[in-house]
Amino acid sequence: MFDFLDGYDLLGAFWVTVQLTVYSALGSLIWGTLLAGMKVSPVPLMRGFATGYVNVVRNIPLTVIIVFSSLGLYSTLNISLGASDITDVNFRLAVLALSAYTAAFVCEALRSGINTVPVGQAEAARALGLSFTQVLRLIILPQAFRSVVNPLSNVLIALTKNTTVASAIGVMEASYLMKGMIENEAQLILISAVFAFGFIVLTLPTGLILGWVSKKVAVKR
Amino acid sequence: MSSVLYDAQGPRAKRRNILYTVLFVLVAAAVVWWVYDGLASKHQLDWIKWKPFFTSSQPWETFIWPGFQNTIKAAFFALIIALPLGALFGIGRLSEHRWMRVPSAVVVEFFRAIPVLILMVIANQAYSEYTELDPETRLLYAVITGLVLYNASVLAEIVRAGILTLPSGQTDAAKAIGMRKGQTMLFVLLPQAVTAMLPAIVSQVVVIVKDTALGGAVLSFPELLASVRPMAANYGANTIACFTIIAVIYIALNFTLTSFASWLEQRLRRAKKSTGAVVGTGPGGDLETIGAPSLNIDDGRAV
Repeated sequence: MFDFLDGYDLLGAFWVTVQLTVYSALGSLIWGTLLAGMKVSPVPLMRGFATGYVNVVRNIPLTVIIVFSSLGLYSTLNISLGASDITDVNFRLAVLALSAYTAAFVCEALRSGINTVPVGQAEAARALGLSFTQVLRLIILPQAFRSVVNPLSNVLIALTKNTTVASAIGVMEASYLMKGMIENEAQLILISAVFAFGFIVLTLPTGLILGWVSKKVAVKR
Repeated sequence: MSSVLYDAQGPRAKRRNILYTVLFVLVAAAVVWWVYDGLASKHQLDWIKWKPFFTSSQPWETFIWPGFQNTIKAAFFALIIALPLGALFGIGRLSEHRWMRVPSAVVVEFFRAIPVLILMVIANQAYSEYTELDPETRLLYAVITGLVLYNASVLAEIVRAGILTLPSGQTDAAKAIGMRKGQTMLFVLLPQAVTAMLPAIVSQVVVIVKDTALGGAVLSFPELLASVRPMAANYGANTIACFTIIAVIYIALNFTLTSFASWLEQRLRRAKKSTGAVVGTGPGGDLETIGAPSLNIDDGRAV
């Protein structure tokens, strides 16, 4: 029944999806945290930059950003991010685009987490003489991160699904393979079911595990 | 202007902030210069590349306007089909009958777990195998189908969250005056929930508009993003200029919608007549919730 899978590297394609997700998640977490830090900082210019970045990036379709990274950055400006062959170039560009896009949502999630920390804590920290960076790093962010595990897991699930857009610039992940398969094989329903199942396997446990984690680490108030 | 994190600033803090501002400007200027240099050395900033958009209406009439129309068409139909469908499934998930609740939940969770792109590709192939649609209509239908399946399930969650925000006294009161379950839902719960849901629905429209671009990149549906390639080819490889124009259009359209959503949310929160419950637009808009309805349900205490 599943002999239509012969000759296709199904696991390999999903492995690329997982890699895209993990690298982009790391990239967007770092950049998103920096943006959130800027957004609450006492320097007006940094606040303005972070606000502007989030507003601009989240209103552009991810597809536009990813296609731009290939047509604009690579083909026009020859930015290849240190990769030599085209497979690597596309992969790295996709990670860059996904990180830049997802960081805006990480920033928003973190900022809402910062709002959940009671004012008194920051006041107490300041009374002890901690600086802005110390208050943020030692008091606010650790608690903010614990309260935003759930929103961040939603961002991660959305990111997992968004990696499919990378197929638009020829990254050979799961949806790229599926598109080829359903054009060549007369097994539309079975192939669709296999890939749908693949994505459910990737996203459902993420939601369940991180949901459990978020209950476990939540700061009880 | 002080916030939770820092006090009103004294002279030393002010000096330090100026230092940080200067450093930030220097870093930003370095990045801008690097980008400018890169663009200029590839002749992407030459006036000839940008001229078509400012001196003649031809690129707007030939490429951008038809693409924009297709984007709006797909988004509009997706929304008006997904809304009632979403309401149906959202209410279905709240039903007292297991045979309605369980299938609704399965359908909603299933279509939320699958990428929209995959839904569009499958729909496109299904239409080409099982129907006689001509290619142009087929692409539009495929894009709308993908968008509807995904967004109806997200809207179902919004509807469910909206109804759950209402105080349980509403249902009790409706029961007390002898309303049936259907009447309670139709005349008491839904009208109030709709106002609570409005901001979240408007933000979902942004997601729909953004996702139409998938149709252009993957199915070659002739929408706004798809107009970049022919346009860049026609005006002498002005890829950067074309992308800039397209991105600005998307930002203008979606920023208007986002601002409208947050204005609506604030207005509804302040409204005295409603229950004050609002289904928040969430941190991002296209964030899904799996399992519990953790769409920022606000009980109206927070302002």
